[in-house]
Amino acid sequence: MSTINGEATKAYLSKKSVHTSLWRQSLRRLLKNKLAVFGFVVVAFMFAACFIGPLFSPYTDNKINMAFMNKPPSLKHWLGTDVLGRDVLTRVLQAGRISLTVGLASMVLSVFIGSLLGIIAGYYRGIVDQVIMRIADLLLTIPSLPLLFIFGALLSEWKVPTDYRMYIVMLMLSIVGWPGLARMVRGQMLSLREREFMQAAIVLGLRDRRKLFNHLLPNLVPLLIVIATLNIGGAILSESVLSYFGLGVMAPTPTWGNMIDAANNMIDFQEHPWLWIPPGFSIFATVIAINIFGDGLRDVLDPKQKR
Amino acid sequence: MNSILDIEHLRTHFKTDDGTVRAVDDVSFQVRQGEIVCIVGESGSGKSITAMSVMGLVEGPAGRVVGGNIRFDGEELLKLSRNELRTIRGNEIAMIFQEPMTSLNPVLKIGEQLMEPLIEHRKLNKKAARKRAIELINEVGISRAEQIADSYPHELSGGMLQRIMIAIAISCGPKLLIADEPTTALDVTIQAQILDMLRKFKEESNMSILLITHDLGVVAEMADYVVVMYAGKVVEEGEVVALFENPKHPYTQGLLKSKPIINQRQEELYSIPGQVPNPLELVPSCYFHERCAHCMEICKTTQPALKEVGNQQKVACWLYEEATANV
Repeated sequence: MSTINGEATKAYLSKKSVHTSLWRQSLRRLLKNKLAVFGFVVVAFMFAACFIGPLFSPYTDNKINMAFMNKPPSLKHWLGTDVLGRDVLTRVLQAGRISLTVGLASMVLSVFIGSLLGIIAGYYRGIVDQVIMRIADLLLTIPSLPLLFIFGALLSEWKVPTDYRMYIVMLMLSIVGWPGLARMVRGQMLSLREREFMQAAIVLGLRDRRKLFNHLLPNLVPLLIVIATLNIGGAILSESVLSYFGLGVMAPTPTWGNMIDAANNMIDFQEHPWLWIPPGFSIFATVIAINIFGDGLRDVLDPKQKR
Repeated sequence: MNSILDIEHLRTHFKTDDGTVRAVDDVSFQVRQGEIVCIVGESGSGKSITAMSVMGLVEGPAGRVVGGNIRFDGEELLKLSRNELRTIRGNEIAMIFQEPMTSLNPVLKIGEQLMEPLIEHRKLNKKAARKRAIELINEVGISRAEQIADSYPHELSGGMLQRIMIAIAISCGPKLLIADEPTTALDVTIQAQILDMLRKFKEESNMSILLITHDLGVVAEMADYVVVMYAGKVVEEGEVVALFENPKHPYTQGLLKSKPIINQRQEELYSIPGQVPNPLELVPSCYFHERCAHCMEICKTTQPALKEVGNQQKVACWLYEEATANV
């Protein structure tokens, strides 16, 4: 009897000693959301395929091969070849690398700018807040697509080398991406800074830097993760739109956006659907998957925002 | 004993749309070294705002300290820059709050929160700070300190969290500890433990405690000196024994009368009639006159001043002005 009790206590204690950390709880709840898990699997698959897939392709050199112009899918070229005889599957995967990188990088940049400015505006209020938020408002009042078009046109006008365009597109996307984020972060900050534990932090005589980045930032992390995830989808879409119009990343560097450009051509649209369906489907699948996953994350991490 | 905290004619006002609220109106008292001073009063009497004024927590467009001096250890707190004030807060003056559950950052581990003031004020490195943090957790009587240090606030009970708050407060060896209703949110058995612990640390380190409470039981248990506040003013102050044995001000008398006495069942517990006056509608008068059984004509028109009435007891009431005048 006593041994059974002993065992039970031991089991109880060991169970107790495992921390019911918030992250672990969240992960468990996320795993219960089948749709979000599905979204994550699709996104992960896309990343893996785009970054690892081309390594196994014999066509990565993008050699122009006039003998294989516009061939439909076959065993040799799973998704056919394009007008210059290049393998479409390989190009879609290589394009994915660029599109996903642009999406990720511009998300990281806009989350960095947006959260930093949002935190500062929300914490210090007053004149700092006014200046930052009026700039954000200004950027928000201009519809982002026309703004991006103007940027893109300027890039073409200034004859920016195509190699650099990818980085400049990232920068452009984060410039239009940060204001919304900063606004949300600032709102959260305004409420967080009034919480009792912040008063306690003031009473401890902590430096502002410590209060902002050790106390307040960790409270924002769930919100930031959710926004960041959803942002990637938006950035990929914007990049595609820009590239489709020839204002973003330009050929020969492939992106999903500039590959869909093939659909502009009536003959290609009707006769060679393997040119535009794969990149189109990739954008569709990736963005939908990211949004589903982001929504799942929001339900788990940010219960206040549940609709 | 020399005084560690000297508050003189402190006035803290809040501007509202309907007018100015004089939350703290010409309050003066002292806290001497190694002494426990209790501020007693109802909700809205200005006792918490007094403490917040000392800590420099009254800020923003609405509230402002509009006058008076707060001298801590000979230094004028109201004249210090933000940065100078920061080096005093948490280091030489510490504060604990009423709600331990909300006073700790929910997303940081207990250990991290204990380490912060040590790193900030004592300039310890992370390793030394963690070692000290674990010692502190042990000192406030919590076992399994290592494990507690790695827990999040939501995993602990209110009583434990208040111990942690005390550990954080005493971590830098402050000269003054301000405790704003530290036991109000806890259940009775825990209350006594927390109070005992505060007294123990006070005895060990000879710090002073400014204890804010509305619980006269806590006052009787802890205080050396009592300050009774009403509507932003000090109405009576004195040594705890003298004040409990011989309360002068009708308000203090009422407070003591409305305290339940163990083993004596009364038909109905005494309560002071009426309510605290609306702070926006105060006119020059004794603010207690509407509720006072001994109200005289002069009480309705002129404010009594705080006067000494022997044996280190001071009271602001016309009854005693007359008495002294008549003698």
